[in-house]
Amino acid sequence: MTTTTAQLRASPLDALQRWLPKLVLAPSMFIVLVGFYGYILWTFVLSFTTSTFLPTYKWAGLAQYARLFDNDRWWVASKNLLLFGGLFIGISLAIGVLLAVLLDQRIRREGFIRTLYLYPMALSMIVTGTAWKWLLNPGMGLDKLLRDWGWEGFRLDWLIDPDRVVYCLVIAAVWQASGFIMAMFLAGLRGVDPSIIRAAQMDGASLPRIYWTVVLPSLRPVFFSALMILSHIAIKSFDLVAAMTAGGPGYSSDLPAMFMYSFTFSRGQMGMGSASAILMLGAILAILVPYLYSELRSKRHA
Amino acid sequence: MHSPADKPALSLSRIAIHAVLLIAVLLYLVPLVVMLLTSFKTPEDISTGNLLSWPTVVSGIGWVKAWGTVNGYFWNSILITVPAVLISTAIGALNGYVLSMWRFRGSQLFFGLLLFGCFLPFQTVLLPASFTLGKLGLASTTSGLVLVHVVYGLAFTTLFFRNFYVSIPDALVKAARLDGAGFFTIFRRIILPMSTPIIMVCLIWQFTQIWNDFLFGVVFSSGDSQPITVALNNLVNTSTGAKEYNVDMAAAMIAGLPTLLVYVVAGKYFVRGLTAGAVKG
Repeated sequence: MTTTTAQLRASPLDALQRWLPKLVLAPSMFIVLVGFYGYILWTFVLSFTTSTFLPTYKWAGLAQYARLFDNDRWWVASKNLLLFGGLFIGISLAIGVLLAVLLDQRIRREGFIRTLYLYPMALSMIVTGTAWKWLLNPGMGLDKLLRDWGWEGFRLDWLIDPDRVVYCLVIAAVWQASGFIMAMFLAGLRGVDPSIIRAAQMDGASLPRIYWTVVLPSLRPVFFSALMILSHIAIKSFDLVAAMTAGGPGYSSDLPAMFMYSFTFSRGQMGMGSASAILMLGAILAILVPYLYSELRSKRHA
Repeated sequence: MHSPADKPALSLSRIAIHAVLLIAVLLYLVPLVVMLLTSFKTPEDISTGNLLSWPTVVSGIGWVKAWGTVNGYFWNSILITVPAVLISTAIGALNGYVLSMWRFRGSQLFFGLLLFGCFLPFQTVLLPASFTLGKLGLASTTSGLVLVHVVYGLAFTTLFFRNFYVSIPDALVKAARLDGAGFFTIFRRIILPMSTPIIMVCLIWQFTQIWNDFLFGVVFSSGDSQPITVALNNLVNTSTGAKEYNVDMAAAMIAGLPTLLVYVVAGKYFVRGLTAGAVKG
C-alpha cells in the first residue's frame, strides 16, 4: 500500500478525530467529578464542622453526628422512614403483583385498564399530596363521605392523629407508585415462557399454584428492581410530606429528607443537616451495594 | 405470558378477576374525580355536600382564582423545563454515543461513576450546589434551576442513550469509519435518524422529572422564580384566611395537567422510560 497525499493531509484531522470523543465527554466528566463526587465530599466535610447559618470550616469532629443522635426529632424521622418504607414497599409490591397477575388473564381492554392504573405516576408528589390531603381531611373528606353514605360510626382523622399520620403518607404513596410496580411485573410476566405453564398444568397443578410456585419465583430480578426503586422513592420522600403534613402534627410525620431540609435551610443548622444528608446517603448505599453486587454476579454467571 | 385459559367463557373465577380489576380502577380514579368535582364547586357546595356529591352549580371560579394565583409560576416551570429537557437530552445523546461506540480507556469507569447519579440522594449535594449557584450569580433564577436540572439529569439521559446504542451493531459504524466518515458525520447521518424512540423516551422522562420537581425548586428559587410545584405547595399550605378547596384543587389540576397530557398522548414512551430507568443496564 502506498501512502497517498490524501492520507497525509488527513492525519492532523485524524488526531482531532481521535480526541473528539474525549472532548465531547469532558464536560460531563467534569460535572460528574465535581457536581456529584466533589459535592458529596463537600457535604461530608461540612458535617464535621460547626457550620450553622453560614458554612464555617472549624473542625467539630463527630459533634454534629452526636447532636443528631441526641435529637428526638431525628429518631422520630428515622423510625417513620422504617414504618413508612416498610408499609409502602410491602403494600405496593402486593398490589402491583396481584394486579399484574390478574391483568395477565386475557382481559379485554387490558391496555385501557393498565393506563388507568399507571396515571398517578405521571403526577408530581405535590399534586398527589394535595389531593390526598383533601381526601383525608377530617370532617370534610372521606370521613364525611362514608358517614353520608350511611356508615354512621365512621371516623377517619388520621391526618391529625400523631400516631396514625404516617399511614396517610403510605396511602398516598401507594396510590402513586403501585401502578408502576404492576407495569414492571406485567412486562416480566410477558417474558415468561408459556410452555412452562402448560407443562405444569399437564401435571395437574392449579393456575394460582403455578403462579405462586413457578411463575413468580422466576421473576426474582423484577422483584429486586422493584424493591430497589421503591426503597429509593421512600428514602428520598420529601415532597409528599411537604404537601400533605409538612411533618406535622408537631413533627410526628417527619422523614429524614424533610428533617434535612428544615434543619439545613430553615433552622440554620448546616452542620447537623449535612450529617443527616450523609446518613441518608449511607442508607441508600446500604441497599444499593448488595443489589449491584448481586446484579453483577448474576450477569457473570449468565 | 398470557396464561393459557382453557375456558375463556364466564366462570366464577373470571367474574371475580374482573370484579377486582374494576374495583381497582375505581380506587385509582377516585382522587382524580374528587379533584375535578371539587374544583368546579362553589365553597357553599363544598361545605354542604361531600367529596363525590354533584355540584349544585358548576362554577369556574375556582379555576379562575387558581390561574390568577399560579399562572406566573406555570410560565416559570415552562421556562425551566423546556431548556433543561432539551439540553440534558442533547448531552445525554452525545455521551451515550461516545460511551457505546467510541470507547476509550477509562470511559467504562466514567459510566460506572455516572450511573451512581441515578441513585444519588440529592440532599447530599444541595448545600454545595446552592453555594455554587450563588457564586455564579444564578441563585434564585430560573437559569440556575435549568443548570441544576441539566447537571443532575445527565445520569439518566446518558443511561438511556448508552443502553440504546450498545444494541446497535458495531459493523454499521465501522463501515462508515472506513468510508472516512468522522465522529459527528456518523452521529448525524447514521445514529440520530435511528434514535427517535429513545429520544422520545428521554424527552418524556426528563419532562416529567423536571416539571414535577419540588426539592430543587424549593431550595434554589424564591419568590418570582419559583416553579409551579412550589407555588402549589405554598397555596395549599398557607394558613391565612378561609381555605378555598375549590381553588386548591383547580391549582393542583393545573400543575398536574401538562404531565397527565403527555402521559395520555405518549403513554407508551412514558412506560418504556420508567422501566428503562428501572432496569439498569
